[in-house]
Order: sequence, then C-alpha cells, then structure tokens
Amino acid sequence: MRRETILNVGIPGLLLAIGLLAYALDETYIITLATRAAILALAGVGLNIALGLGGLVSLGHAAFFGIGGYAMGILAFHAQTYMPLWGVIGGTTSMPIIWLVAVIASGLAALVIGALSLRTSGVYFIMITLAFGQMLFYFAISWPAYGGEDGVSIYMRNNFPGLNTLVPLNFFLICFAVLAVVLIFAGRLGKSPFGLALQATRQNVARVEAVGLAPYKLRLMAFVLSGAITGLAGALFADLNRFVSPSMLSWQMSGEIMVLVILGGIARLSGPVAGAMVFIALEYVLEDLSHYWHIYLGAILLLVVLFARGGLVGLIAGREVAHD
Amino acid sequence: MTDAILSTRSLSKSFGALQASDSVSLDLRAGEIHALIGPNGAGKSTLIAQISGALRPDSGSVIFDGQDVTPLPTVARARLGLGRTFQISALAMEFTVLQNAVLGALGQRGRAFRVLGKVMRDKALLESAESALQEVGLSEFRNTVTAELSHGQRRQLEVAVALTLKPKVFLMDEPMAGLGAEGSQRLTGFLDGLRHRAPILLVEHDMDAVFALADRISVLVYGRIIATGTADEIRANAEVRQAYLGEEDAA
Repeated sequence: MRRETILNVGIPGLLLAIGLLAYALDETYIITLATRAAILALAGVGLNIALGLGGLVSLGHAAFFGIGGYAMGILAFHAQTYMPLWGVIGGTTSMPIIWLVAVIASGLAALVIGALSLRTSGVYFIMITLAFGQMLFYFAISWPAYGGEDGVSIYMRNNFPGLNTLVPLNFFLICFAVLAVVLIFAGRLGKSPFGLALQATRQNVARVEAVGLAPYKLRLMAFVLSGAITGLAGALFADLNRFVSPSMLSWQMSGEIMVLVILGGIARLSGPVAGAMVFIALEYVLEDLSHYWHIYLGAILLLVVLFARGGLVGLIAGREVAHD
Repeated sequence: MTDAILSTRSLSKSFGALQASDSVSLDLRAGEIHALIGPNGAGKSTLIAQISGALRPDSGSVIFDGQDVTPLPTVARARLGLGRTFQISALAMEFTVLQNAVLGALGQRGRAFRVLGKVMRDKALLESAESALQEVGLSEFRNTVTAELSHGQRRQLEVAVALTLKPKVFLMDEPMAGLGAEGSQRLTGFLDGLRHRAPILLVEHDMDAVFALADRISVLVYGRIIATGTADEIRANAEVRQAYLGEEDAA
C-alpha cells in the first residue's frame, strides 16, 4: 500500500481512536474536542475540493458553513417554539432532514456565489468570495428574526433515528460517520473523470479548453460540491454548540477552515483531518499557556508554508504519486 | 472552395494601430497539409488564435465543417473537431504523461461531469490514450510526470493529446519548435502520414519541414497573405523571396 493510502485510513482512524479512548477514560471534554475536530475536518474536506482539486482560493467558505449552521438553527428554532416558518413549515429536530436542508441551501448559495465569482480569477476571485461572505455576515447580524448579532440558542440537541444524541460519544460517532462517508466520496471524486478534468483546470486552463471541456462549468460544479459539504459541516457545528450566530459566517471562520487545510495538506485527501486535529490540539494545549495562542499557531503555519508545502500529510507521505 | 473543411473569410483583426490580420482568407482541404509561414510578427499567432476561438476577429468569419463558428468559443470549436497543439506546450504539468492523454480522450468522449468511477481505470479512455502515446513514441514514459519531460517530449505529448481528440482538422502551432534535427525529422515523417486522417493547418518555422510536407503554402506578411501555392510556386514567387525567404538568406 502507498504511504498516502495508509495515511488516508490512519489519520481518520486516529481521530476515531481518540474519541473512543476518551470515552473509555470518561474524558467528556476530549470527546467534544474530537467531535469539533471531525466537524472542522468535514468543512475542510469541502473547502479542499475547491481549493485543492480546483485551485480556487475561496475566502468565503464561512458563508456556506454559516448557512448550514443557520439551516439547523432556523429549523430547530421553529420546532422548539412551535411557530411554523412562514406559517406553514413546522421546523424539525431530525438531523437527517436538517442535513438535507443544509446541503441544499448551502449548495444553492454556492451555485449563485460561484456563478458570479468564477467569472473572475486570482486575487479578484479571493476578494469577491470574501465580499459575499461579508455580505451574508452583515445580513445575519441585522436580521432580527433569529437573534441578530446574538444568534439563536437551541435548548436540545437534534435527534438522530435510534440514537440518543445527548450522549457525547453518540454525537461524536454520528459526526465521524458523516466525515468518513464524505471522505470516501471525496477520494472517489478525485479519481473520477470529473476529478481529472477539474485538476487539469487548476494546472492549465488553455489545455482544458483545447480538449473541449468548459473550465467554468467544471469549476462551478466543484464550487457547489465544496460549498454543500462545508454547509453540512456547519449544520453539525451548530448542533455541537446548540447555538448558531453570525460568527459562523465571519471571515475569520473562512480563514480558520483554510488554515487547517493548509496545515494538513492542500489537495491531500486526509489533509483537512490532520489539520483539524492539530488545530484543535494546539488550541487546547496553547490556550492554557497563553490567551494569545494564535501567535504560536501562526508561527507553526509559517513553518508549514515555508518548509512543508504539502502540509503535514505531504511531510509524511512525500510528493503525491499521480499515476493511479 | 466547396471541399474546404476549414476556411477563413476576410478575417481582420487589429490591435490599436497594428493590423495583425488584414483580410485573411485561406482554406484547408481534405487530406492536405497547408502550411502557414511568415516572418516573426507577421500575425501567425493572431490568426491561429482567431481560428481556434481564443480571439474574436474585428470582421470576417471562420467556417468550419460547413458551419460559421465565428461566434463560438474555444471549447465549442474543440468539440466540433478542431484539434490544436500549442506553440508553447500547454499541458497539465503535475499530471503523468498518460493522464494528459486520458484528459484528451475524456474531452473527446465528453461526460466529464461523472463523479464516480475511476478515470484511470476506464478501458476506452486508456485505449485511446495509450494508442496516441504509442503513435508519437511516448509509451515508455507513460508514468512520467509531465514536468519532468524534456522539451521535445512535451512537443510529442502535445501531438499525442491532439490525436486523442480524433479531430476533423489539426491546427498545429509550430510543432517542431525546439525539437532538434532528429526529432524534427521523425515528426515530419509522422505528420506526413497524419494528413490522411485529418488535414493539418501547420504553422511552422522549420523550412525544411514545411517544404517537405506542405501540399500548399500560404505566406503571411504584415497580417496579409501575399501568396498561396505549392512549394515550387512559393519558391519561385518573387514577392515571397523578397519579403520572406530573402530576408532569411541574408540572415
């Protein structure tokens, strides 16, 4: 087996092991941290489709993360207040339905944002995605129906058929299972016809056009898939915190997702998982040392960008072998 | 010309005061190699860009396979069967040689939006890609990362990718550039046979190759075609000698 294949199984495996070990040792807080890592990893896997495979540097992925979060917040809010949305839709506390709504809503948002942003490239693309993200952020702040700046609190975690989601381990396992399924999908995506064409657009647009494939459509589809997955992560994140607020839509959130992808390895399947685990671990360890733990995170990020371009996964697995 | 597969009609394009294409009309017939020559700055690249769809002409039209393709973008023209190679190799450098060829085969087949199924295990795509690599003599480098190929090998891969497109017309922008004598000769031999699969519009600086290959030659000077004819006719044309060949002799 290739090193990368081992890592693709091993890194998520390690996350699962940490969660289970924490359960065995009755360390509830660690389970919560592992859950957070799984969810942020999922958001990163989403971003990595646009960023890694497509070379699309989106600084607006918090928009999709937040839309997923608000999809959960709004549906659960209407369920807990027994006030139907627009007088007809009753809200729900069922996770699968919430996920579906989150995926569709964030996917549609990605379709609109992508359709406009992808007409530009380079630094303009970065700026436009950032601008869309900020637009949604300020919209959420000034939208009084769902708490405005204060956000929405949900009293009970939403339900999953057959599982008590209030048990931390159960919710961790749900999040991990979603991550695993999406990882398998993303892995297959990279090796699919679409994956090949998308990766070609990252390397040479003229070549893709010359073989008769439309780069814009390929990128748009990548952007929609990417946004939808990040939106799904957002719904889980809101469920973990039982709270959604405009901070999920902030550009710092976009940055955080991007940082963990870079940390773990851009375009590497398990990169975001490794990145999220290290990110959460650093946050946990360094926050004790200093309130300004981001300084250390910044230094580490600098080292990774300067000396390990493939991120942590690249450091261990070496250059990606492409002939597969 | 009714049997022309590709023709341009009075194409004109200017950049500010520079007239890069001045009412250029030429046609490419079935089974022929039509070479386009001209000194540097004559507007060859501009003309190729208008034919391939990268540039919109100011006036005039491009007719391909009986259809006016002037308003169509590059992608649509490629899908109609215009297979081009680039003057400066345009390949996916991180891909292996085989992946680049498979990309071509995928473009030819379409259905590139399938997210499941392994593209590098797709028998039909692999077959098309492998046979194209075989034809240009790159089979043994199939697993080499493209960035590690020599300049000449990249030129070969350009041609291989064009082959996977199974185009109706080849549009080749200086395929011999930087190939060296031996590589140039090999490619000349290869293109000689290729014209029977699809006609070739060949932009080339290598005069030995042009005169050995071309059924017809058009000479472009300052955006205008000053002569079109067989190799012998072009050699004998006084205006061409003065404007182009003469300069080269003097150089």
